[in-house]
Amino acid sequence: MPYEAWKDNEYIEKLVDELRANGTNVIVGSFDKLINWGRSNSIWPLTFATSCCGIEFVSLGAARYDMARFGWEVARSSPRQADFMMVAGTIVHRMAPVMRRLYDQLAEPKYVIACGGCAISGGPFRKSYHVVKGIDEIVPVDVYLPGCPPRPEAMIYSIMQLSRKMKVEKFFGGVNRKEKIADFLAAHPEESLNY
Amino acid sequence: MANIQDKIAKQFPEATFEEGEILLVNIPDAKWHDLAKFLKEDADLHFDHLITIVGMDWVDKFGCVYQLNSTKYNTQISVKVATEERENPMIHSVSDIWKIATTFEREVYDFFGIIFINNPDMRRLFLSIDWKGYPLRKDYDMSPENNPVPTENERQEDVTYSYVEDENGNVEKKTIAIFQPEDYVVNIGPQHPATHGVLRFRTAVDGETIKKIDFYSGYIHRGIEKLCEGLTYPQTLHFMDRMDYFSGHHYHHALCIAYEKALGIEISRRAQVIRVLMDELARIASHCLFLGTYCMDLGATTMLFYTLRVREQILDIMERTCGARMTFNYGCIGGVMQDLHEDFVKDVKELLAVLPKNIKEYNELFIGNVIAKGRLENIGNLTREDAISYGVTGPSGRASGWACDVRKTHPYSIYGELDFEEVVYTEGDSMARTKLRIAEMEQSAKIIEQLIDNIPDGEYCVKVPKVIKLPAGRWFQLVEGCRGAFGVYIESDGGASPVRLKLAPPCLPLANVVDHITQGYKIADLITIGGSLDYIVPDIDR
Repeated sequence: MPYEAWKDNEYIEKLVDELRANGTNVIVGSFDKLINWGRSNSIWPLTFATSCCGIEFVSLGAARYDMARFGWEVARSSPRQADFMMVAGTIVHRMAPVMRRLYDQLAEPKYVIACGGCAISGGPFRKSYHVVKGIDEIVPVDVYLPGCPPRPEAMIYSIMQLSRKMKVEKFFGGVNRKEKIADFLAAHPEESLNY
Repeated sequence: MANIQDKIAKQFPEATFEEGEILLVNIPDAKWHDLAKFLKEDADLHFDHLITIVGMDWVDKFGCVYQLNSTKYNTQISVKVATEERENPMIHSVSDIWKIATTFEREVYDFFGIIFINNPDMRRLFLSIDWKGYPLRKDYDMSPENNPVPTENERQEDVTYSYVEDENGNVEKKTIAIFQPEDYVVNIGPQHPATHGVLRFRTAVDGETIKKIDFYSGYIHRGIEKLCEGLTYPQTLHFMDRMDYFSGHHYHHALCIAYEKALGIEISRRAQVIRVLMDELARIASHCLFLGTYCMDLGATTMLFYTLRVREQILDIMERTCGARMTFNYGCIGGVMQDLHEDFVKDVKELLAVLPKNIKEYNELFIGNVIAKGRLENIGNLTREDAISYGVTGPSGRASGWACDVRKTHPYSIYGELDFEEVVYTEGDSMARTKLRIAEMEQSAKIIEQLIDNIPDGEYCVKVPKVIKLPAGRWFQLVEGCRGAFGVYIESDGGASPVRLKLAPPCLPLANVVDHITQGYKIADLITIGGSLDYIVPDIDR
């Protein structure tokens, strides 16, 4: 996809500026590029679907939309083998601790896509007594994907956004998103979860 | 109708009656258990199918409306039981008469806090043990501080409660262990690919053999029924797509018929034909996806690509007319949202041309396969009596020999004049349930063939008032969804939003019966049995 075709280049530019603020080491930077190239082309999702959006994710895996073209087809059932979780569907009170635990079990580096209106804000069920009003109350979110449910094309776009984000990251030292996650986890402590 | 009323009045002089589309019997709680037994066992009444229990809060009193159906005479009856006690409301249980009542009563207890005397399992169904208040009560405190999003894992209990009544009428709370001390309990779900969503089975096993399953739901309970009470009638329609997301058209259809009945709106023939066409297209698409994901559960991923090919073709047809791939939101009060796309007839004919070839391919690939036969035949047998008692409708009920197709038993829309067969098998195993769905695809195609060349002209949506207010009263409507009979119960006080909108989904009985039909089978069979019942979890939880 050509650079001009993306809708939110300012955001990625900002991220790059932030990461490159102190300059980039020639040798380590080249390693970063190599590693990120590999990582961004084999992002494995966690099969995690609670409702309607999950069915569109199934369509994404089938022949017509064929996510295998991009290297995302290896949907893992165990969070320990997955790179990102696509939170497809409404998260309710009973599910919230379960989802947080799944997130904690994902191996680093890990990413989250909030897929559909329900995951972003509670969607049509926002006023309900049992629905979480956006999963960003529980886990840090990397990409927000609106829709009810989003079309498979939109899902492809969102995972490509994620892959773009991965490409500019620094793997060796420097500013990286690990610290941001650390901030988030400090605000939402793990100790409060009794396993 | 009149002789049912006479018969009941003769036996139960204290019963009062309310005439309506469905006869409603008012009975005091003390006589309810006897009446229930009489309704089920009397040969001329034979109300052996409990469709749903509607919990009610009439502000001055609590109560339940029981919707009953006779599988022999295809008649329906409602029974209303009320209690004026608000602190500690109690009603006698009928869980010994209809087995599905155990779970339905748990649901009412969860939402209204009505305790059912003698029910063996009086736990909450969807909400956690520590949930404060009963959400569907009219005086429930909705503020988020009352029940914040939990950060800790939910507290679990391995016991259940039963309120047992002795001869003197004293009610005593008893604690019952769910599992035996020597049981080895395996937890399956909520995050498991074979539960088709977020459902949890606590499975007691002896080696590999299943002893008991405690089905644990509520991981996607979104409170649709409560939300509907705060919305106008047209707004409530939007949730119908998001419960069983494959039966969106059917669920819209049910609610629209109920509203149109209440308002006395006669919709055009064109709108009726369009609705039926959409229902049947959706049924084919749903059964296709069932077959694909079911085979994936069994480890045969390839099948998904073949079945989704047809499904995508149907979704294209729908997208052109409805504008969406999944949440169509097509039906509306008075007809349908917009007219058919100009290519609709052409596209459907193309689909009908390729469908027989595809169905043949599915049969060859999967049904005839020796591995499929070995894993499905004689596994998870469900008898006809149990299917009725557990309220298992739809393809799963018909595979057990119960002719429960609402399109035939209580014809709605134009189904009465269409020529199609109700496929019924008697084996009752996983294989029969699978084969039946494939056979149903052929029947749906037959219905579409009859209608596609005869779509009458006319308006697709009749004029309805801008502000829709239902007259005071109650209405109940059943339709045949992709997974079974879906019922809506509406009670209105004449305002612009419903006092109570109860959605009776087919999938709750389906998930509830898993415990009964998996006992004695291996744990690997749990996946095939659960898959063959084809429940959709958001439909269970609402």
